[in-house]
Amino acid sequence: MTRWLLWLASGLLLGGIVHFATILYLPSTATQNAYARISAISPVNSVVALPAPSAEKSVLPLMDPAFAAAVCRYDLREAPLKLTAPVSPAYTSVTFYTNKDVAYYAINDRAAGRRSIELDLMTAAQKAQLPDDEEISAADRLIVESPTQTGLIVIRALASEPGMMPAAIASLSGARCQPQAQ
Amino acid sequence: MRLLIGLLLAFAVAASVGLGTTLYALQESTPFGSFTVGAWTAWPRTGTADIDPYARALIARSGELPMGAGDGVAFVATKDDNGAALDGRCDVIVSGVTPQARFWTLTLYDPEGKLVGNALNRHGFSSQEIVRKSDGAIEITVAPRARTGNWLPSGGVDRYTLVMRFYDSPIGVASRTGRETPMPSVKVQSCT
Repeated sequence: MTRWLLWLASGLLLGGIVHFATILYLPSTATQNAYARISAISPVNSVVALPAPSAEKSVLPLMDPAFAAAVCRYDLREAPLKLTAPVSPAYTSVTFYTNKDVAYYAINDRAAGRRSIELDLMTAAQKAQLPDDEEISAADRLIVESPTQTGLIVIRALASEPGMMPAAIASLSGARCQPQAQ
Repeated sequence: MRLLIGLLLAFAVAASVGLGTTLYALQESTPFGSFTVGAWTAWPRTGTADIDPYARALIARSGELPMGAGDGVAFVATKDDNGAALDGRCDVIVSGVTPQARFWTLTLYDPEGKLVGNALNRHGFSSQEIVRKSDGAIEITVAPRARTGNWLPSGGVDRYTLVMRFYDSPIGVASRTGRETPMPSVKVQSCT
């Protein structure tokens, strides 16, 4: 009897390990995560508008219909990236995601405090390679460190009422993400 | 022989318990770092690099992009104040005051996170377009048929989810429930 209980207990223990292993492994097996869905509609290192969500069709679930959104799918393997996003009349935010959809950094227009949000995105290795004199001027520019070489930048502009949507879309059309010359 | 049966038993228990609990965890929302006020729950940590493994697994499966903490915080309600699932065939009143934020939006989704179709093409309200009461409080009626005031069409769906997003808001990982985070009540008025 004790022997069976021992087998049962070891089964439960192993079950716990299986549980944690599957939870941790799951994000890397997801083929329909947001990064994969957006990769299907966007080229690398350029800003494209995300179609507005509707009842029939939505690129991603749980998008806020009060916002116009644009996305830049980035790849930092060649060079760091420069992002410029003009600020819309109401509210603009820029959120950075890894290729596993982890939101590692987000900033809004007030925190950026300018007429446009300007950021340099690079990996830790690229930041370490910045020449010293550039590091002094780096105080003027905002550097965001990406934990992964690829990921997403999502720029969102609020249309505080439906009539403001064209203005929000227009402000996003001025957004750029470009690899920096080395 | 007994060793073999014992091993098989252990493996069977491990597989069913391990995979069963994983499947169960994916049906539910992550319990870690949640912040509940009345009918509303937020997961401020999900919008940061400190996101917990359960939330990561959920997001990878649903395909959503969580709201970044520097952008704001999202509160989700799938039940009313009494714990009954939100039913699109009922008149539900969302009323009261909202926490501090530069802007907020309230959006109605079906359980899959899709918008619900309606003739008005109205899927939610923003803080700018809503008609407030004289004391500044909000009152929104979620109902299948037109109502006076701030009417949010439910489309008559079985179940729906309300998401209230607060943009540029001080609510964060360190927030506590209570006076600093007042959320509107969610009450069923009548059911047809």
